[in-house]
Amino acid sequence: MTPRRSLILLALFPLGAGAVVLAQSRARGDRHPAPPSSSGNIVVALCDGETTAEIAGVKEGETPTSAQAREVADRLMTAWRQKNPAARWEEVPVRLAQAERTGDAPQGEAGGMPAGAQGEVQGGHTYGAFSERDQHIWAAETNKFVREGRRVFHDAKALGSTIAVSCDMCHPDGANTHPETYPKFQVQLGRVALLRDMINWCIQNPTRGKPLVEDDPRLKAIEAYILAQRKGTPLEYGKH
Amino acid sequence: MSKPARSIETRHHEERDAFFAGLRRMSRRSFLRLAGLSAGLAMAKRLVPPHSFQLVEVAGAAETGKPPFTFAYISDTHLYPARLNDRFVRAILKAVDDVNSLDPPPDFVLFGGDLAQLGQREELDLGHEILKGVKVPVRMMVGEHDWFFDMGEHWRALFGPEQYSFDYKGVHFVTLMSVQEKDFWTERGMTPMQRMQTVAGLDNGLQSRFEVGAAGREWLTKDLEKVDKKTPVGVFSHSPLYKYYRPWNFWTEDADDVQAILRPFEHVTVLHGHTHQLLTNRIDNIYFHGMLSTAWPWPYAPEGLPKLTIQQNRADPFDQFDGCGDGSVELTESGLANALYNLWDRNPVTVRASYLASSGAQDAPPRTKLPSY
Repeated sequence: MTPRRSLILLALFPLGAGAVVLAQSRARGDRHPAPPSSSGNIVVALCDGETTAEIAGVKEGETPTSAQAREVADRLMTAWRQKNPAARWEEVPVRLAQAERTGDAPQGEAGGMPAGAQGEVQGGHTYGAFSERDQHIWAAETNKFVREGRRVFHDAKALGSTIAVSCDMCHPDGANTHPETYPKFQVQLGRVALLRDMINWCIQNPTRGKPLVEDDPRLKAIEAYILAQRKGTPLEYGKH
Repeated sequence: MSKPARSIETRHHEERDAFFAGLRRMSRRSFLRLAGLSAGLAMAKRLVPPHSFQLVEVAGAAETGKPPFTFAYISDTHLYPARLNDRFVRAILKAVDDVNSLDPPPDFVLFGGDLAQLGQREELDLGHEILKGVKVPVRMMVGEHDWFFDMGEHWRALFGPEQYSFDYKGVHFVTLMSVQEKDFWTERGMTPMQRMQTVAGLDNGLQSRFEVGAAGREWLTKDLEKVDKKTPVGVFSHSPLYKYYRPWNFWTEDADDVQAILRPFEHVTVLHGHTHQLLTNRIDNIYFHGMLSTAWPWPYAPEGLPKLTIQQNRADPFDQFDGCGDGSVELTESGLANALYNLWDRNPVTVRASYLASSGAQDAPPRTKLPSY
């Protein structure tokens, strides 16, 4: 199983959403009742209603650690894939996955010294004291925002087009929107424009909708989607 | 009614056309005799230099005996019902005006596919009506937007079979249905409209890749069996018959197999739609030209652009017709094609066969001022 997939399952598990459900033996109304464990461990059932796995050493009523949760989710997923080798498993879209990845830590030469030989890390304050799990949740939230932008970008109705034209019809994957070149003097407008000005211009003209107000969540989401498509592109404001 | 007065220019061009028409009917030997004679006459009359169209080397034409001709194209109009979107309707009407005002008129007009946006009866009917306004015969090709709502049922009812061939002035033309897709919809329980909307999007990744398919390739093989390998072959396909950019289906999955079928022929020219941009490629004996759309231009894909393509300038979003257009193709005496891109509101660009034949060494089209980001 790829790290990316386990990451997603992990994010879903503590939130109680998605494919994996905790099926405890006393839960009468569960749709996927799992056989109780003889040793009293928590039994987790997959949404296929058949595949189950125990979390060793964690009794019913106790909370597994995130590492234990990840391990059982991975195990279930592996079992499911073995049972269903031909099934089509929707991979997370590559573009969004790119936005998820965190870059490598700087290696010192760019400015500042590398970490000490003992690998000691400064601590003792709450700011920055976040876990890997926190980062996963934040990345998931950010991607949700980007996905919402993708939805509006591809949905003529959502962005208010009166002629059934959506952004993706001219800009597949946000191509040729070059957000990295803004702000710039937009000759046709006779003034300096930001990316959002051009989004609004496109909504008004090619799609013949009403411009969105600056804090419209749709405008923010479209902006997020367009920027996410250009991850890694150097900023070159003012470029023509 | 008396004949309208003709200007000096008109008479000059008539004279010139008649002269060239005469030359084409002539053998090389008599051409040379005439050329020598005319030059001698000119010298004797002290007309220096000789008249401009006396000594032009078009003798090749006389030798092969294939008359050159021109056909025009309109492609990728993506019509919605007129009450929903009038801009795409105005664009196709503009293209119909363009091809009707060509002088001399083209021998026929190719429609390059994607007449409709969502394969609706009303959209196809509208396109059918509008194309009746074209004064010369229209050859139809199907695109994925025409097909995936009812799997081509209404399109076929209006325009006939989606694969066919014909011979015209020494060229064997083949129209392919290159936008077949493996079933991605049944498993997902999609309605016809959902299927259509999925195919209509370029960047959704859900749909399958375009292909001519085994049946289509078999048909092509059979069709070409009787064709002499020296006969120039013109292929119309909606998708590019090569692999450009997979995520957007600028792609034909079985392109290699199709190219293999076309490889034995001396000259093959493929004219394709779908990519909405000036696009040029050559794979051995096969020359490829992309057609412009009347509805909107696509950006160039982030990778995979064929080396021989000189990009059209970026479209001006403030000009609703910029980057769009139509075009024509001139078949030369040798069966090679010069593709003219009639970019609306810009200078036209011609991609000559000699540019492709020389792998870019000669006759390069004007270079790009504003390439894609």
